[in-house]
Amino acid sequence: MRYIEPHGHMVSRTTDDYQAMVIAGCQAVCEPAFWAGYDRSSADGFRDYFRQITEYEPARAAKYKLPHYCWLCINPKEAEDLALARDVLALIPEFLAKPTVLGIGEIGLNRNTKNEMKVLEMHVDLAVKHNQLILVHTPHLEDKLKGTKLISDVLKSHPGVKPERVIIDHVEEHTIKRVLDQGFWAGITLYPDSKSSPPRAVDMIEICGRERIWMNSACDWGHSDPLSVPKACLEMRARGYSEEFIDQVVYQNPVRFLSQCPKFKVGAAG
Amino acid sequence: MSSAAPSPGTPTVLPADRQKIVDLGFVPVRAKLIEVAAFLDRVERYGVASDYRCVAMRAALSALADGKPERARRILESFSDPTTEPDAVSTGKAAYGAYRPPGA
Repeated sequence: MRYIEPHGHMVSRTTDDYQAMVIAGCQAVCEPAFWAGYDRSSADGFRDYFRQITEYEPARAAKYKLPHYCWLCINPKEAEDLALARDVLALIPEFLAKPTVLGIGEIGLNRNTKNEMKVLEMHVDLAVKHNQLILVHTPHLEDKLKGTKLISDVLKSHPGVKPERVIIDHVEEHTIKRVLDQGFWAGITLYPDSKSSPPRAVDMIEICGRERIWMNSACDWGHSDPLSVPKACLEMRARGYSEEFIDQVVYQNPVRFLSQCPKFKVGAAG
Repeated sequence: MSSAAPSPGTPTVLPADRQKIVDLGFVPVRAKLIEVAAFLDRVERYGVASDYRCVAMRAALSALADGKPERARRILESFSDPTTEPDAVSTGKAAYGAYRPPGA
């Protein structure tokens, strides 16, 4: 079995996790910019973080022969402070040329506020201006449905956004069809207590098809499982799906989306 | 409930043995259903069953046994914020799991 972990916050994980992922068949890991668990006090904190995920973390993953890529942004959880957000967005262009930066993400909404919307729009403008892929975070729990609608409205109303270059992550049963019907890719996040479980993820694939869908663990410093994607593969095997079917979902699909960035050089999607 | 054919549109690839889907899921899901029951007993015992989240959970449960499809989608929607405009300010980093109606 081979798979891509397209959404993992590896700065929060141990080297044991890298080893376990590689043993399980992981061929590459992609790290969206994230909230640190506390609000950073200045743009300099983000500069250090961007250096961590563009320089240090790829070197740590390389010890396990695992390619590491990343996405850059100020996470929606820190988007209430518009002045800080503008300072951080001004930093991002200098990092975009780094060899492992795939695009802008994970941008989106957290509590669906007006300031979060403004920062989302600024990020989308930045991505379009620099021809970057976009990875979108959708809100948690009771905020997800409303937030997904607001986010998709922003993206669809921007004339420079190409839906096939956008993945909207953390979809669940009440948001996945809206995302796919509008031409975006959909990410299913596998979490122990929220978002989706492996059985529910496979249900969504059965209902919506396997095109333009990827699965990820979004493993971070909270309750999460860096091996949840291979565990979803076990669920598919148990239901009788072929190895080719499983390979398309967990390897070929993410490779196809991510290869739209020429810097992503992991395997041919075929 | 017929076992002769899957619902329209599902699955895109038919597993070889449909009965296996019950064998795979029944015991783990049975355990989760009992957790729900025990949770609702617990919040009553502690006198907090009127919390808006417990109210939302009891309301969501009606979808489990109404015989209609897309139960997961409908339950997720029942917990969701039904408003459509962005909020003026954030009320905190974390969501709570169920929409809190005004005054609740």
